[in-house]
Amino acid sequence: MKKTDTIIIGAGPVGLFAVHQLGIKGLNSIVIDNLDKAGGQCIELYPDKPIYDIPAVPECTGQELTEKLLEQIKPFNTEFFLNERVEEVKKDKENWIVKTSNKNEFSSPNIIIAGGVGSFEPRKLSVKEAENFEDKFLFYAVKNKEQFKNKNISIFGGGDSALDWALELSKFSNISLIHRRDEFRGAPHTLSEIKKLEKEGKISLKTPCQLESIEGTEKIKSITIKYDNGKTEKIKTDVILSFFGLIMKLGPISEWGLNMNKKTIEVNSKNFETNKKGIFAVGDICVYPGKLKLILSGFHEVALASVECFKRARPNEKYRFEFTTSSKTIQQRLGKK
Amino acid sequence: MPKITYQDNEGNSKTIEVDKGLSVMEGAIQNDIPGIDADCGGSMACATCHVYVEEKWLDKLPKAEEAEIDMIDMAFEPKKNSRLSCQLIVSDELDGLKITTPSKQT
Repeated sequence: MKKTDTIIIGAGPVGLFAVHQLGIKGLNSIVIDNLDKAGGQCIELYPDKPIYDIPAVPECTGQELTEKLLEQIKPFNTEFFLNERVEEVKKDKENWIVKTSNKNEFSSPNIIIAGGVGSFEPRKLSVKEAENFEDKFLFYAVKNKEQFKNKNISIFGGGDSALDWALELSKFSNISLIHRRDEFRGAPHTLSEIKKLEKEGKISLKTPCQLESIEGTEKIKSITIKYDNGKTEKIKTDVILSFFGLIMKLGPISEWGLNMNKKTIEVNSKNFETNKKGIFAVGDICVYPGKLKLILSGFHEVALASVECFKRARPNEKYRFEFTTSSKTIQQRLGKK
Repeated sequence: MPKITYQDNEGNSKTIEVDKGLSVMEGAIQNDIPGIDADCGGSMACATCHVYVEEKWLDKLPKAEEAEIDMIDMAFEPKKNSRLSCQLIVSDELDGLKITTPSKQT
C-alpha cells in the first residue's frame, strides 16, 4: 500500500492544478484516472477546440492547456496511475484507503475528487444480447489486433476509430463497415482508401442502417442489420467491433456515502470538503450555491482545498500563506534558485 | 413565453413555458424534466441531451451543423428526427414545439 499526502481522482485540468497547489505547499500526491492519458474532457472531448476563458491566456486548445499544466507540475514528479478506476474508498482511522481496478491500494488523509462528470467509458450497443458476447466476440476497443486475423468482422461506427480499424483489419480479415448514415467522417486519405478497398471487394459498406439483433448462443454466428427503408440483412459475423465514442459514467463515486445532488457532490465553498472529513470535491463534479462549471472556478477550488489538505496531512505544523513571487521555500520546491 | 412540450418515451408529457434564448435542454434542466442528462452542459460534446423532434417541426428548426450530426451518431438509438436539445434555441417560432426523450441517454 502506497502512502501519500493526497489522492487525486481525475487527471483533468483541475486535478492537474491540484498537484501544483499541493506541491507548492510541500505536499505530495498521486493521480488516478480511468483514461490512458492526462487531460480529462479537455483531451477526450475537445483537444482541438479553442478555450477563451482561461485568465491571461486569450486562446488555447484543450490539448495545449493540458500540456502547459503538465509542464507546470513537472517539478513535483507526481506519479500517475492511468487506465485505472477507483473502485472503493474506505476509512481507516484518520486515513482513507483507496483501491483501484488495477488492484493498487493507497492510503492518505486526503482525497480530492476532480472527477468531472465521472469516468469515460465506451458507449455500448443497445441490443440486449450484446452483453453475452462482450469481451469475447464483441469489443469496444482493439487491444491486440492479432486476435482478429482471418475472421468475419462487422464494424459499427462512422468516425475515425471505425474507419481506421476497418482499414487495418481488412489486411487479413473480411470487413463489413456499418453506419447509420451514408456519410463517413474521417481523414480524406482514409476515406479514399476505404472506397478503394470497397471496389476491390475487401470491405463491404452497409449504410444507412443499424444493428437489429445478434444471432448465436456461445459464439456469434451472424448479425441482422436494418436499413432505413425497413429492409433487413443478415451478415455472417465472428466478431463485432463497435465505435460509438465514449460516454461519461459517474461509476462507484455514488456509493461512497457522499451527499449527492443529481450527478454532483455537495461541498462547502470554504474549503470544498464534502460531508466526509478529508474528502474534497472540485471542478465540474462539485456543487455549492453559485457554482459555475468553468475550468477557472476549478482552479480556485483546488487552491482553497489544498490548504485544508495541508492541515490534515501536517497536523503538527502551522500553515503559512505564501506568495510564489517571494517565498524561497516555494521557489525551491519548484526547482528555482 | 413560448411553450415547449416534453414527452417521455412512455407518453407522459409536460408543457412548460421556456424563456426565449434558452435552449430546449436548459428549459428541461431548469424545470426538472427527466430524461435529458446534458452531462457536458451544452457544449455539444456528449449526446446525452438527445431528443426526438415531432416530425412536423423538423423542417422548421435550424439545420443541424456537422458537429451536431456527428455527435448524434454517438447517441442512444438515433433516428431521422434526432436532435441535440442543447442546440435548439427557444424562440417565438418554436412556440408549440414537441419533443420526445429517448428511453435512456447512455
